[in-house]
Order: sequence, then C-alpha cells, then structure tokens
Amino acid sequence: MLELTPGTVSERAALRINPCKTCQPVGALYAALGVHRCMPHSHGSQGCVSYHRTFLTRHFKEPAIAASSSFTEGASVFGGGANLRAAVKNIFDIYDPDIIAVHTTCLSETIGDDLNAYILDISIPDDKIVVHANTPSYVGSHVTGYANMLSGFIRYLADPRAAKNGRTAVFPGFVNPGDIRELKRILSLAGLPAIMFPDQSGVMDAPMTNTYVMYPQGGTPIEDIRALGGCAQVLALGNFACAEPADVLDKKCKVPCTVLPLPVGVAATDAFVTAAAECAGRAVPEELEDERGRLLDLMLDANPYFYNKSVAVYGDPDTVAGLVAFILELGMRPRYVVTGTPGEEFTRRVTALLQEYDTGNCTVKAAADLFELHQWIKNEPVDLLLGTSYGKQIAKAEDIPLVRAGFPVLDRYGHSYLPIVGYQGGIRLAKMIADALMDRQDRDCADEDLDVVM
Amino acid sequence: MDAKAEILSRYNAKVFKNRKDHILRVDRDTDGAQEIAANTRAVPGIMTNRGCCYAGCKGVVVGPIRDAVTITHGPIGCGFYTWGTRRNKARAGEDGKNFIQYCFSTDMQEPDIVFGGDKKLRRAIREAVEIFQPKTVFICSTCPVGLIGDDIHAVAAEAEKEFGITCTAFSCEGYKGVSQSAGHHIANNGLMKRIIGSNDTPPAAKFAVNLLGEYNIGGDGWEVERILKRVGYEIVSIFTGDGNIEGISRSHLSDLNLVQCHRSINYVAEMMKSAYGMDWLKVNFVGLDAICASLRGMAEYFGDDALKQRTEEVIAEELAAVAEDTAFLKSRLEGKTAALFVGGSRSHHYQTLLKEFGVRTVLAGYEFAHRDDYEGRSVLPDIKEDADSKNIEHLNVEKDPARYRVFLSPERYGELKQHIDLEEYRGMIRDMPDGSYVVDDLNHFETEAFTALLKPDIFFSGIKDKYVLQKGGTLSRQLHSYDYSGPYAGFRGAVLFGRDLVMGLYAPAWRLVVPPWKKQAGGTQAKGDLSHA
Repeated sequence: MLELTPGTVSERAALRINPCKTCQPVGALYAALGVHRCMPHSHGSQGCVSYHRTFLTRHFKEPAIAASSSFTEGASVFGGGANLRAAVKNIFDIYDPDIIAVHTTCLSETIGDDLNAYILDISIPDDKIVVHANTPSYVGSHVTGYANMLSGFIRYLADPRAAKNGRTAVFPGFVNPGDIRELKRILSLAGLPAIMFPDQSGVMDAPMTNTYVMYPQGGTPIEDIRALGGCAQVLALGNFACAEPADVLDKKCKVPCTVLPLPVGVAATDAFVTAAAECAGRAVPEELEDERGRLLDLMLDANPYFYNKSVAVYGDPDTVAGLVAFILELGMRPRYVVTGTPGEEFTRRVTALLQEYDTGNCTVKAAADLFELHQWIKNEPVDLLLGTSYGKQIAKAEDIPLVRAGFPVLDRYGHSYLPIVGYQGGIRLAKMIADALMDRQDRDCADEDLDVVM
Repeated sequence: MDAKAEILSRYNAKVFKNRKDHILRVDRDTDGAQEIAANTRAVPGIMTNRGCCYAGCKGVVVGPIRDAVTITHGPIGCGFYTWGTRRNKARAGEDGKNFIQYCFSTDMQEPDIVFGGDKKLRRAIREAVEIFQPKTVFICSTCPVGLIGDDIHAVAAEAEKEFGITCTAFSCEGYKGVSQSAGHHIANNGLMKRIIGSNDTPPAAKFAVNLLGEYNIGGDGWEVERILKRVGYEIVSIFTGDGNIEGISRSHLSDLNLVQCHRSINYVAEMMKSAYGMDWLKVNFVGLDAICASLRGMAEYFGDDALKQRTEEVIAEELAAVAEDTAFLKSRLEGKTAALFVGGSRSHHYQTLLKEFGVRTVLAGYEFAHRDDYEGRSVLPDIKEDADSKNIEHLNVEKDPARYRVFLSPERYGELKQHIDLEEYRGMIRDMPDGSYVVDDLNHFETEAFTALLKPDIFFSGIKDKYVLQKGGTLSRQLHSYDYSGPYAGFRGAVLFGRDLVMGLYAPAWRLVVPPWKKQAGGTQAKGDLSHA
C-alpha cells in the first residue's frame, strides 16, 4: 500500500498528490440539497454533476439529485444560455421542484457565462424560483462552494423587509444530517426558536419506506430562507463554511451575526449552548448540563487511554479545527493537522488552540495534501489517524488505527446518521477513539497482558 | 398503453421528440432490425446518468494502466473523483510501480486559468519524475484547459526530451462529445499513436492474445486470466485493467485481440487490424454459456487440435466445479425479473448470466453506447456522423509493412466468420426477449417510471440510481463497480454474482420495512414484501 511514497519530503509547487479537498460545485450541490423541494443544478458539462452525485451518494448512501446544463463543445464556444433555458424548463416540467439552485463550474466560469443575466432572461413559472451561485472549481474547495451557495440563496431570497420573527438563524456548517438533528435537539432543549439553514436532515438520511420520494420531508422551507431577513440574529457555526454567508445576510438584512467554531468537543459546544441560551434568554437546561456531565465522566474515565497519544487530523477546515479542540481536551497530542482547503485562518485557529493547551511540536498546514501527510508520518509516526476515508491507505500502509470523521466517509455505513457535534457527539467521538486505540492495544499485546478489566 | 407510450406521454413536446427514438419495445415479429437512437446529446435538465469525455478517457481507459503516472491537468475536482472510485484493481509488477492508489493533479488555481496552466503542468511533470521515476507519464486535460488553450501536447513532447520518458497527452475535456464515449475514442487514439507497437519483444507462448475492454473491476480480469492461462494462452496485454505499458507496447505481436467491452475499445481493435493485420474476436466472459462459447471460438480461431482438446477439458472441469452452486442459486432466483442499465457492453453480457439463473430481462439500456452496440455492427455504414461525433478525431491508420502479418488465410477467415464472432458484434437487441424494453441513456425519471410499470425484482445500475431504487423497494446492485464484491466474470464469478443476488433478494430486512401497525391498518403490501417473500 502506497509503497511508492518516499520518506524524503521534496518541495512541490505544482503537483497535487492525494488531495484533501475537492471542488466547489459539490459543496454547492450539498448545500442546495438542504433546501426543501430544491433541485440543485450544475451549469457545466454533465460529467461534473455525475461525479458530484456519485460522490455524495457514496458518502450518504442516499440518492443525491441534481441536473446539468449538459454543455457540449458548441455551448462551450457560444455560451450556455440556451442550455440553461432548456434545462430550467425541463426540470420544472419533469421534476417539479419549487426552486432550482444553479451553481457554476470551471467550464462556465472560464467562458464567463453571466448567470445573473441568463436567469433574468428565462421565463420562470410564477410560483417557482431560480437562484444561482458562482462556484469556480479553481478557487478554494468544496467548503467554499458550500458557503457560496448559501450566500446565493440569501442574496436571492432573504427578505430585508421580512417581519421581525424573533427567531435565531443557525447555519450548521458542512456537517452530516446526524449533526444537524443534534443541533436542532440542542436548540429545542435550550428553548430557542430557530431557522436551520440549510438542513439536510430528512433529505440525506430519509427513512426506508418502500416509496421513493424525490423531495423528502426535510430541508429548509423557502419561506424560512425569506424569513432569515427577519431573524433576531444568526449563529454561524464554522468560519470557512458559514462566516461569509452570515456576513452577506448581515449586510443585506442587518441581522447581527456571531461566528462560532463548529461545536465539536466540550468548549466549542459550551460556546454554542451558551449562545443559544443567551439568545433564548433562559438558563442552560439541566438536561444539557447532564449530557455535558456524562461526556466529562467518559473523558475522565478513559483518560489513561487518551493521554499523550499522538494524532494526525485531516479533512475540512472547520471540522478539523473542531476535532483538534476536542482531542486536546481529551489529553491527546495533535502531531499533524492538515486541510486541503486553502486559507491561513485555519492555521491561525489551530495554532491558537495548540497554544491554549501549551502543545508544541505540531505541524499545521492549509492547502496541504495527504501525500505529504503520509511522508511526515513516515518520518515520525502517530498513534491515531482522525479524518476521512482517504486516510485508510495511510492507515494500512503504516498500520495506524483510523477513526473516521468528517467528509467524505465513502467506505462505511451509518456515520451520516450520528453526530460528532454537541455533547452527544463528543460521547460518540470519544468512544470511537477509545475503542480504536484499545482494540489496537488488545490486538498487539502479549497474551499475558490481555486484560479483561479496566 | 404500453410502457413506452405511457412514459413519453409525461414529457413536454421537445423532450418527447428527443426521447421517443431512444426507447423501443423488442418486437420479434418486426421485419428487419429495430432501430434505436443513440450517441446523441442528452437533453439539458433531464438528469442523465452520463458522465463526460474526461471520465471516459481518464476514468475508464487510461486510468487503470498501473505503471503510468496519470496527471489530471485541471482544477482539483476531476482528478479527485477518479481516485480509487472505480474498483479497477491492480497489483504492482516486478518493478514495483503501481500508481493506482495515487491521485495526481495540477490543482489549477485562478492565476493558472488567467495566465495559462502550461508552466504549472511542466513543473508538475518534473516533480512527478523526481519523486516517482516513472517510465511513462500521461496527461489528461479537463474543461478549462481546452478553453484557455494550454498546449499540453507540446508540454508532453518537451518532457519526453528532457526526462527521457514516454509522455503522452490526452485532450479529453469534459465538454467534448456527448458522453464518456468520446473519451474512450480519444484514449484509444492516444494509445495507438504512442504506445502500441513501440516494443518488439515477441510473446513466448504459441497462442498469444490481448484482452481488450477488460478493466479488472472487482478482479474480473484476473479471473479471466486464470481461465485463459489454464487453457494455455499467453495474455500479452490487458486493455487496461491491471494493464501495464510494457504489455500494451508489444500487444501488436499477439495473434488475436479479444474484445470484451465493445464500446470502449473497438477502435483499438480496428486500428490494430489496419496497422498489423491482427484479427479480433468478440468475447464475453460473463455467464457460463458465454464463457464456453468464447473459449471454443478462440480454439476454433487457432485451429489447433490439442488446444481444442485442452479447452474442452478446462470447460468440463470448471463447469463441474460450479455445477452444484449454480444449481442451488438457480433454484433461488428462477422466475425473477431484472432491469439492467450500465455503460457499455455489460447490460448485454449480464443478460446471459441472468438467463442461466432463470432471471428474465424486462428492460436493458446503455449509458453511452452507439447504435452498433444495440443493433450490431452491420448498422455501422448507416450511422450518420453529427457535429458532436465529427469533433472527435478519427485516426487513419496506415499499414505497418514491417509488422503486418495475416494469421488466417482468406478462405479460413471466411469460413470462421460463418460461425464465430470474428470481427463481429451483433448487438444487444437480438438477445433480448420479446416484449422487453431497450432504453438508451435512461434518465432519472424513466428509471422511476419504468420501475413502477415493469416492477423488476432487481435493477442493475450505478450508484446514482441505487438508492433511488432501493428506497422504492427494489433491490439494486451496482453493475459498474459490483458494490463491494466481484469478480463476477468467469466461472467462479458467476457463482459470486448469483450469491450476491440471493443475498440481496432474501435480506430479512425487506420484510420488516412496513411496520406491523401499518400492515394491521390495512396498508398496502410493500413491493419488497411481494417480490422477496
């Protein structure tokens, strides 16, 4: 496995090997699936959306619908306006969504298709909506595309004249449906009326019923996106995925925004719970405090197995920052922390966390790839890999246990139902990490050292 | 109203006009062949399952060659999506070079799009050469590269000189053609121009073949290789599953090309015929009868008595080894119905195997086929070139006088053509049951609608459809990647395939989907319950 990866690290300025990111449109597609009765639409050649649907389906084990402008060589020369017009008509005729969310691709961006003009020019049925976002694949990553699509919805739909509704908008970040369910549960316990935007729960984890429904129950209703303009405030979870759309909402509708870290681990969940309680004007409910207590109980009980274990964490920036915060709380030692998404905000955030815990000797890098992570590990191994499915090759090559978290997890089932956010998510993560390390210890120890008791 | 009419009636005028010729009901009473429209543009907005030219070139044909560093020149997505997602297996050869686990991309950024990406590509090749010392580097371009006009072929030529490697570029931008099919053709051309015929080391064995259009998904190629080796063939090269440059470079010295996936690789077979005089034989190693017929056809071609005898021995042994299993599986599968929607030849090949298990095909279609894949090659002279297909280069291959050799006498060739599929593919339609449906470029709506009307027990398709179907109560298996199973080809593969179907159809959970309180309340019986009881 990966035998050709040399231990000697050479400088690379052009060749990306084994990336830790993908392109904007797939993030935009995922964001759009979190809107009720929405058909995501990729304005490019049909291969893009075929890959994106494949990729999302493999992570969620759910249908991921999206249409394409199906560019041919002609459209690439003359522009994709006619293709988009035909696509919009056909989508409304055949698939009958309430809204089409168009995102661009490197193809349509490179030829300079003007989506604003195209959409103005298309006749759209009165009760239907078409929105768009620019998501050039050569800028940022899939996380950028997610953020851009949210901003697109807000630009088109959030209503600055919406009646004040006293609700709090929550942007959950690039997370699984299981995380969104957990966030909604916390908000409900905190007694905070909220608009979750987007909301893939119920869409990308729809129940098995023997009936396929193209637009399942879940997703943020369009009315709620309009009503974002009348919210009292917005809690944006995750800087990379949500700060920009929160800013767009603030500028457009004067909705004050608080950007919080993704609530992974104790302190970040505390911050979210505190903010939710403050917004609700109530004390933090006992039930949440009890959950927190159970998480702390587990952390202290299993502490000997976490203590000083070195970890390589990789994946999307907000998720990775959250995971790093949590493993620091567990007493573990982040050794390598990487994301493929570019942006120095990532290194600043992670470095600040490391300083808080007085942890040195950690390599932190944005716009990195898994090839260099593997090379570092070859030179100085770690006890645990924490991240996406694409770390499994390194895990096998170097015989290191792997705990899967983040996006994508293509090679396991059930992860999308279960949270990593909140205290419950912390309990799940702590258990996964402890199980992985302890299974490894049991596997590797001498017979006389195999203990049945703790 | 038949299913075709009912489905078409739901379309608006323009979509109706486009789709009506892509759907047909097999009618055995029709005089002459039934005609179907194929290899035309997908309708925008229709939710086609098709991919793009890059997917066909890099993803299908070029990507599986294990010892070439294939660099995707473009923004990160395209390279990323073809990283370890197709299950084309490979093991390193003696040189240890196996790049299948790696993804290489130039990860183009905005300045590269604005100022040109060729500098970055040049540097990326240098870095790849320095780190991995490959003998061969391939470059596959994605959409923006063609639009901004990076001259990847010039970069490749420079790299060859500078590093003493083989470096070949494939201009397979996603917008070319109408599906993956354009990419297959571009890949075939590149291999023919640059790799095939570049090494004159002859095969060692008496009977040497190439296996074309076998991508070793789930290890299919290895199972076929096992059988062919037992009979006594040398496989000089496999295009391209677990393929390697050395094998492909000397593939012109084989005696016969075996064509498995007709769509993706027939160009190479034809070009090798023109250049080297090498014949090709359409084979199918999926389904026991088909395997036996293919092996016998090969033995016929070589016309060697000992080979024929050995073929019969192997067939007898292999069939005996799986007889008990296949009989049991048939008892569990008999009477079921299936729909198949895959890319190239598989929708056809698997019908053979399904029939052996007593499973009747009610619907089959190809994602990116041409008319000849449906109707047979006899239709080739009648296929009109349209603007999209004209854009894909057609190589005019000259005869290579030094290497041209004719294996069969004209008389023998004519004789054999009567009873084996020598340079012949008769298409899928002729093997389909009367009243079944053939649908080209089946889309999301049609998948749902045909499933509701025809109620197949099993729907073989890809990952994008899989959960649409299963959510609706129909078992779906991925016939692109075999879910996480395989091989399905060969004698042993047939058993595994049958086992996987039984596993899926008889999963206890199907019967638990409808909660008891809904059953008591007189709720309708779930489809899953009826078909999987």
